[in-house]
Amino acid sequence: MAEKELLLSVQGLQKTFGEHVVLKGISMDICKGDVICIIGPSGCGKSTFIRCINFLEQPTDGEILYRGVNAKKAFKSLPIYRTKVGMVFQQFNLFNNMTVLENCTVGQIKVQGKGQEEARENAMKYLRHVDMSAYINAKPYQLSGGQKQRVAIARALALEPEVLLMDEPTSALDPEMVGEVLKVMGDLAKEGLTMVIVTHEMAFARDVSTKVVMLNDGVIGEQGDPGEFFSHPKTDRAKEFLSRFQNL
Amino acid sequence: MPETFFGWVLFLVDKYGMIFVKGAGVTLALAVVGTAIGCIIGLIVGIIQTIPVDPEDSIFKKVFVKIIKWFLDAYVEVFRGTPMIVQAMVFYYGAMSMFDIDMSPMFAGFLVVSINTGAYMAETVRGGIDSIDPGQKEAAVAIGMNHMQTMRCVVLPQALRNVMPQLGNNLIINIKDTSVLNVISVTELYFASKSAAGVYYRYFEVFFVTCVVYFIMTFTASRLLRMWEKKMDGPADYDLVNFDPMMDPCGAVPLPKVKKGH
Ligand SMILES: Nc1ncnc2c1ncn2[C@@H]1O[C@H](COP(=O)(O)OP(=O)(O)O)[C@@H](O)[C@H]1O
Ligand SMILES: [Mg+2]
Repeated sequence: MAEKELLLSVQGLQKTFGEHVVLKGISMDICKGDVICIIGPSGCGKSTFIRCINFLEQPTDGEILYRGVNAKKAFKSLPIYRTKVGMVFQQFNLFNNMTVLENCTVGQIKVQGKGQEEARENAMKYLRHVDMSAYINAKPYQLSGGQKQRVAIARALALEPEVLLMDEPTSALDPEMVGEVLKVMGDLAKEGLTMVIVTHEMAFARDVSTKVVMLNDGVIGEQGDPGEFFSHPKTDRAKEFLSRFQNL
Repeated sequence: MPETFFGWVLFLVDKYGMIFVKGAGVTLALAVVGTAIGCIIGLIVGIIQTIPVDPEDSIFKKVFVKIIKWFLDAYVEVFRGTPMIVQAMVFYYGAMSMFDIDMSPMFAGFLVVSINTGAYMAETVRGGIDSIDPGQKEAAVAIGMNHMQTMRCVVLPQALRNVMPQLGNNLIINIKDTSVLNVISVTELYFASKSAAGVYYRYFEVFFVTCVVYFIMTFTASRLLRMWEKKMDGPADYDLVNFDPMMDPCGAVPLPKVKKGH
């Protein structure tokens, strides 16, 4: 197999909130085309970890390298780095004062300095991709949860990031809407988009990811190939965690 | 001389109509200009008060921001915490005796109303900014916006929309409360009414008319602002765009509107 292209390298990441040590040193390589699913019990620091990767949370210690260079210094400014590392939130966080189309163009125009037409064309491309191009004139409050999350994915993709981070993208959705979002995510994985996904959708992690990482107590509890991980978990902690999910 | 209540009202309106109109004009000018300037002051103060302190900022910047915030806090507390009628006296006579500045009562009036409204609006704007879901800010930061862009494109448009009802409130309060400026002889509606009432000693009739005029002004202001709010919100429905406008030079053909309330 050819050498994989290393995009991001997280090294010894630690994060402390006051006295509370949430991440106790986590290292992870993210290569082009990887689909890494991060699982683990609630409160174990999955969100904190993924938010540290694009510095929404300032790591207390450790380093994040972008193609071998300290991510904070790899570009002229931190915002430029953030456009390379897209983020999708559990609560969608679409800009409430903008239409669907504006949500997908504002970053291209304000941050990347693209012109209106180019930004619009690009936004349409990704909105079509998530099957939301008919809704460009809608405001977020006029959409269902699944539609909102698909727009949020398009908004992130419109900046053409190299890595897409997703923090429980389907956890705030009504059950009947989970499928439509998972399908979009599955399609993106097939197209080779590099993703780091925090999820409780074990079937998705098993079928789509290239690697599963279980966080536990602020460290990586177990990680590996999804087939291996789900059929033969090695640690007791992983066995116990997986036993909570039926239908696997 | 008229015999009945309404006879007097008609008589006085006929005789002093111009005085009422002029007084109402002064009242409106003070209230509208004072509220507008007050809103600008409040916006600036509110925005500065919500500047986040980043632990990575230089100590210089941190201290500077802290001092500015302290002064703005003091401004808000002092002007919210004292009556406008007293502020008017202090400004008007204080300027004269301390600094030898003989400002016109009208100018003092504009000054007092603006600064007073600014103090209230500052708190309102701060509350408006603080009430925006932190997720909105995070999403903006995550797509690479800096603090200024986040505020201008995402937070402020939403905060200011939420502040609109309070702006209407302030305008209405100012229409009524500029009446206290009679203590520094600003010829607004109350002052004008008092002069008119004194001539025939018909206080009840004159102030009945005054009351009606005040109400017409406040009610109109309230309705106009509500219309403005509606306009800001845009349509409650949207057009589905069935095919891609990028692919068709003729643009979008509107499909049936989709109604979807809150
Ligand atoms: N801003 C914060 N301040 C203090 N504690 C926090 C903060 N954010 C998260 N935590 C704590 O860190 C731990 C991990 O949180 P989180 O990363 O959200 O977990 P997960 O996403 O795995 O459920 C939790 O115990 C939470 O209470
Ligand atoms: Mg979480």
